[in-house]
Amino acid sequence: MTADTLLPLLTARAHGAAHRTADGCTCTTAVLADRPDATVVRHAGTVVKAHAPGTDPAALALRLGMAARLPGVLLPPLAPEPAVLGGRLVTVWPYGTPVDPDAPGAAPWEAAATLLARLHRTPLPPKLPPMRGPANAARAVARLRAEAPAHPAARPVLRAWATLPGWARAAEPLPGPRALCHGDLHLGQLVRHPAPDGPWRLIDVDDLGAGPPVWDMARPASWYACGLLPPQEWSRFLAAYRAAGGPAVPADGDPWPALDPVARALTVQSAARAVAKAAAAGRRLDEVEQAVVDACDRMGRLSAPPARPVGCNRPEPDSSLSGRGHKPIRPARS
Amino acid sequence: MQCPKCHAPMHTYNRNGVQIEQCSGCRGIFLDYGELEALTRLEAQWAQVPPPAPQAYPAPPAPAWGAPHGGHHGHYGHRHKSFTHMLFSS
Repeated sequence: MTADTLLPLLTARAHGAAHRTADGCTCTTAVLADRPDATVVRHAGTVVKAHAPGTDPAALALRLGMAARLPGVLLPPLAPEPAVLGGRLVTVWPYGTPVDPDAPGAAPWEAAATLLARLHRTPLPPKLPPMRGPANAARAVARLRAEAPAHPAARPVLRAWATLPGWARAAEPLPGPRALCHGDLHLGQLVRHPAPDGPWRLIDVDDLGAGPPVWDMARPASWYACGLLPPQEWSRFLAAYRAAGGPAVPADGDPWPALDPVARALTVQSAARAVAKAAAAGRRLDEVEQAVVDACDRMGRLSAPPARPVGCNRPEPDSSLSGRGHKPIRPARS
Repeated sequence: MQCPKCHAPMHTYNRNGVQIEQCSGCRGIFLDYGELEALTRLEAQWAQVPPPAPQAYPAPPAPAWGAPHGGHHGHYGHRHKSFTHMLFSS
């Protein structure tokens, strides 16, 4: 099924969900996304998403069920079950107002952090599949290996990848304690519902699942570590998460012993995507892409052992961290 | 010159262009005509110097592989279009 034939099907489906009548309407239809892994069409107040080819129907149904059960955190779907349309699994959602891409400075960091904390504190249902964050990182690295192995930036990115623990590379099962995780947090995953001024909700359940909740904190952490996100915005996000009782990082003290392996993995994922895209387009890396590659380069030069969280630049990490099994590396006393 | 109080010898020092005589015995200071005014003027100038800027709030901790200076490297002075794209994608 090509996009040319899928889009009319999705539009018809969105129209049907929006109006419930066969009559013509004057509403406009917008294609919100049309990528190999997802096609999303909006018609009036309804959004229809065709999920990636090969999506596991049972896993998607379980993830969709979580969204229906947590309407205070996740945008609830309009239809309780995925449908099959043109050979693709399709879900139907209410439209929500996204974060304004032209005003990322107005990003709702506190709301995002509070929603994540609530998600992570939700009792984990027994049958939920694993969170797919590591699988996505591994896919980005596989694409880099396949499409741009000779790019000069591929080497530091792959070297940084090799420093990561197996679970962060989707090579081993995810460690505990597990929580309900979103799996792919970024600013495109937040909408206000009901539009335009309703409360913020998380969208996109494709990667939702059981896993270490720190995965959801680690993308903003990676942006901050790479020098891209201002310290104030990172601090706001972290403080709001802690204030809401989020379990992914210690309640106070240095969060980096907990964040480090995943922030590395997500930095590698960003860098791998950036290098593959730049190579495909035949252009040089821009300043931001170079910043994430540079961070990978520094990771690869660190002698820290890969299998456990590494230390940070704070002189005296909180001793309570050791209770979570994160031991910061300190220089040996002579 | 001898100290008018204890008669110990006095030594001349130059402080910010003002000559002052200090007794080597009782440490008393002798000011010539106009020197007190000169010192007062210097003190007023000193007080007008703005206090040093308050220390910026310490940057939150960052990992060892982070950008130089603990993660406040400064790509965000202007919101880079590429970074905005990164904020909104996987």
